[in-house]
Amino acid sequence: MSTAPAPVLPSAGRTPPVRRRRLDTATLAAAAVVGVFVLLALFGPLLAPHDPNAVDPLGVNAGSSAGHLLGTDDTGRDILSRILCGARASMAAPALVVLVSTAAGTALALCAAWFGGWTDRLVSGALDVVFGFPGLIMAVLAAAVFGPGLAAPVIALSIAYLPLVTRVVRAAALKERSLPYVSALGLLGASTPRIWLRHLLPNLAPLILVQATIGFGYALLDVAAVSFIGLGSQPPAPEWGLMVSNGAPGILTGQPQQSLYAGLMIVVLVIAVNLLGSGLSRRLPGGAA
Amino acid sequence: MTASFLATRLTMLVVTVLVASLGIYGAFMLAPGDPATLLVGGARKPDPAVLDRIRAEYHLDDPFFAGWWHWFSGCLHGDFGRSLVYRDSVGHLIGERAGDTFALVAYAAVLVLVLGTAIGTVAALRGGRTEALLTAATSGVMAVPTFIMSVLLIWVFAVELPWFPVYGSGTGFGGTLSHLTLPAVALAVSWVGYVAQVTRTSVRTELRGEHVETARSRGVPESVVIRRHVLRNASGPIFAVSGVGIAGLIATTAVAEQAFGIGGLGALMIDAALKQDLAVVQAVSLLFVVLFVAVNTVVDLVSAALDPRTAQGGSR
Repeated sequence: MSTAPAPVLPSAGRTPPVRRRRLDTATLAAAAVVGVFVLLALFGPLLAPHDPNAVDPLGVNAGSSAGHLLGTDDTGRDILSRILCGARASMAAPALVVLVSTAAGTALALCAAWFGGWTDRLVSGALDVVFGFPGLIMAVLAAAVFGPGLAAPVIALSIAYLPLVTRVVRAAALKERSLPYVSALGLLGASTPRIWLRHLLPNLAPLILVQATIGFGYALLDVAAVSFIGLGSQPPAPEWGLMVSNGAPGILTGQPQQSLYAGLMIVVLVIAVNLLGSGLSRRLPGGAA
Repeated sequence: MTASFLATRLTMLVVTVLVASLGIYGAFMLAPGDPATLLVGGARKPDPAVLDRIRAEYHLDDPFFAGWWHWFSGCLHGDFGRSLVYRDSVGHLIGERAGDTFALVAYAAVLVLVLGTAIGTVAALRGGRTEALLTAATSGVMAVPTFIMSVLLIWVFAVELPWFPVYGSGTGFGGTLSHLTLPAVALAVSWVGYVAQVTRTSVRTELRGEHVETARSRGVPESVVIRRHVLRNASGPIFAVSGVGIAGLIATTAVAEQAFGIGGLGALMIDAALKQDLAVVQAVSLLFVVLFVAVNTVVDLVSAALDPRTAQGGSR
């Protein structure tokens, strides 16, 4: 008995992190682009050369010039300033959608995986129903009920995104739960909240982060689309989705700059976020090499 | 496909539609203020007598479930109520616009299926530079949402190169086709990219399979190997993903309709939402949810018929 090696008790601290693989160049580049966008969201208004809402009736639909690098829109507002100032409005709403759906989805997934039985069936069944509801339709319905503005679509999309988060996290939590260290912790007398917060969540955190990254890309597109159709951000907010639709009439008269630059910002950010998400997911244990 | 799988999926379909209808009806009760005032649609000081009539007509004073059942059973019979904003029956409004939406979604669905599988198959079979190029192009295109693609297509193919009309849905088959081409492409393009990528992976996996090697060593002609042994086996995942994509088209058709000024159901829903005409928004969103869930169910059932293993994994 005394010859057996002393068991390594996991109560000594958190479960040790998985060994890391280095990120490849594409993922690092994507992370850098996302970083620049985050900086724009934080400091965009400081960089803007003009007031984003200052109209200039004499300089409407101007092309690029030294004074207005990206030209002006149909009321003479500086497009560059509006794009820089719009970063915050365009990114905060999708970030909120991801934050709410990830937090609530993770909580639901842990409950479903931990308690099993009826809890699991109820959560999974309810989410199957939510999954039958396309996010965009839910956002339009919410906007119809509560009036145009970002608040209602953000709440609707947070609910619509729940199934995506919960399904993935629930499956991983079920697998994690069946590992011996969890029952060992239970035998050692660790309380359920302690096991969840100190062991399960840290082990699931990388997966949750990857899901949140991928979800942010989708949320950005959905929020921008809701603004584009007129039910999200309201004028004169310099939001990118709204700018794409504001600039649409100009395209027919040969002034596509507002729509194109705002659309370009959205597409570049989404590509960067998707690359970052798939790069990070390759680093997950069991992820494709 | 077992009878129990069929029963499970059909039960899920019915339950989802019932719960969704409760959600749609309930959302309306959450609306701030008096629902009767909302139904009038923004008129400032409605006549109390009018409000009373609306309350009676919409069963607003009934208990929640009674009111819901009245609305939902009416919808099942094709009676979607009346729109006070459009001064028309909601059923008539929907009937007028369903054709355009159906044509647009069907056109986009054909593009997703045909272009997606063709691009993916070519990429997998050619390999090398063609594959790298097509993979990069499809990944890029997947990040361009319908509303931005609409704007780009209008700029390039309607203004710079005036090949296609910009607004409306046209008349006659040829007119409809040329009017709906740009919106259908805008709607389909990111799903074309996705289906192409899944097709490429799926075909690649099959190409490496032992049964393909065996068939080749037996001297089966390459075209038969590709058709009978590779594509047929790869069709399961391709079909499943295309189905999800086609269901997704139903959700985003509203954006394409809005961008190209097509008076379909999606544009009706957006316009009604802007005017806060809840009777119309409720009916159209219920219709979209039913279509979305029905397409997904059909895809699941066909997938199970193609490959019975999915039914075993799919039924919980």
